[in-house]
Amino acid sequence: MKSRRLSVWNITWLLFAALYLLTPLWGTAEFSLETGTGRYGFDAYRTIVHDPAFRDSLLFSLKLALATVTVSATLLVPTVFWINLRFEEFRPLIDFIAVLPLVVPPIILTVGILRLFHSVIWLISGPQILALAYVVLALPFTYRTLDAGMRAVDFRTLTEAAQSVGASWPLILLRVVIPNVRFAILSAILLTVTLVIGEFTMASLMLFNTFPVYMEYIGETKANPAAALAMISFAFTWLTMLGVLLVGHGAARRQIQIGGIR
Amino acid sequence: MVSVTQTRRDDPARASHDRHRARTLRWIPVLPFLLYVTLFLLLPTLWLAGGAFKTNSGSYTLEHVRKLFDPQYLNAYLTSVKLGLVTALGGGVSGIFVAYAMTREGAPRWIRTTFTSFSAVAAHFAGVPLAFAFVATLGSTGIVTVFLAHHGLNLYARGFTLFSFAGLALTYMYFQLPLMILVISPSFAGLRREWREAASNLGAAPIHYWRWVGLPILLPSFLAALLLLFANALGAYATPYALAGAQINLATIVIGSQISGELTYDPQFADALALGMMVIVAVCLALYALLQRRSARWLR
Repeated sequence: MKSRRLSVWNITWLLFAALYLLTPLWGTAEFSLETGTGRYGFDAYRTIVHDPAFRDSLLFSLKLALATVTVSATLLVPTVFWINLRFEEFRPLIDFIAVLPLVVPPIILTVGILRLFHSVIWLISGPQILALAYVVLALPFTYRTLDAGMRAVDFRTLTEAAQSVGASWPLILLRVVIPNVRFAILSAILLTVTLVIGEFTMASLMLFNTFPVYMEYIGETKANPAAALAMISFAFTWLTMLGVLLVGHGAARRQIQIGGIR
Repeated sequence: MVSVTQTRRDDPARASHDRHRARTLRWIPVLPFLLYVTLFLLLPTLWLAGGAFKTNSGSYTLEHVRKLFDPQYLNAYLTSVKLGLVTALGGGVSGIFVAYAMTREGAPRWIRTTFTSFSAVAAHFAGVPLAFAFVATLGSTGIVTVFLAHHGLNLYARGFTLFSFAGLALTYMYFQLPLMILVISPSFAGLRREWREAASNLGAAPIHYWRWVGLPILLPSFLAALLLLFANALGAYATPYALAGAQINLATIVIGSQISGELTYDPQFADALALGMMVIVAVCLALYALLQRRSARWLR
């Protein structure tokens, strides 16, 4: 084998990517710390934190995330479990459906939902429609994460064991399935929360004041607080992604254990 | 258990009926899911196709679809598609080199971990905050703009703005590049060292290895990733909206203003515009399927 070290070509690309990915962050950080007096300070952050609309919109987005997570989990955990247990033939279809939200632009889904349900006032008038649609937008991430988690566990044996001691299906889901894929569920939750907290298209076109909609509004009027918001949002994304990574490590460690037992 | 098997053996008709019943029953647990995606994903999308051909009073018309070909709207589509192609190829090609550099042997482990986790963050860091970040970087008083102006290159005097095609493309690359890195690096990790060693033992130069082994293996995932990136850029709404408001002529922005604008409100035409976009996505998917089959043949 030839050189085991990185070539100049490799290093150039890595440096380019690092520079390109870090510079906007640096710019945003600097912008958010400008006070207009030529000195740096936390004025922009103070403005944001003291704005009641900041708290309201963030709280609203978090509630939406909670609703989305609840519906997603209730819908997907039993479905993915069943596919892995008894219904492998169904997998190609659900695989296909689950990538659709990645190729269908969210704005098309927004227009479609607004048009399809426009006479169903009770559904379309409240934030519930947003949560229901976010379940679809999150589907590619939630399905994949849950499926990967479930594949790693031998549910056939576990289910047979549970059934032989007389457990019902709801009990199996609650006491066998969920505890065994808790890491996957946690990853899926974190990914969903990231998505919901950052989603702008649907929320703005359906006229709800979520966190990104508030952020966009601030951006139209105040430049430095907007940069501060971008930093806050970046920190939040970073935290949730770090969570996904850590949870992933936890899941990996668990899998090795299972392999050892078998 | 024993008695069940016996009845089945005794009565083949009944056994087949049971099997059939079991097969039907298996569908029951997935019905809620199917109902859900039908209601909130498939029906809304298909509904547009119908709405595009209807007038406000409900009769059928081709007027909306014809209007799509007005220069203003045609241009919006063209710009969106061009933006999708340029950033998918730009992000795709640079992403592949970065992914190769970080996964190849000899690269320290921390490089790979850092790039992967940072890419995961950056790929999710799209939309409104991304637009602000680029205003702070390449806006008229952004740090890079100021830095370059100090060194004799005044971007804005040369006609660059963040709201131009180039500005948008540079901004989009911020989520395209990390997405490519995330999607393609597992495929690089799948290239076994033994294959390269075998090739070089047989006297193949690196270029031969890539032409006959590396690229054919990577090609299907590369194509899939390109499609993903293209769809990603084509459907972007939050980023251009937060950057330039409703002024910029992109397909998504035009659709948005048709359903939310006060002066431009025309939901039926929004259906037609959305349908146009669906057609573009469908053409890409078909092209992708075709290329995928080609590349599968090339593999053999």
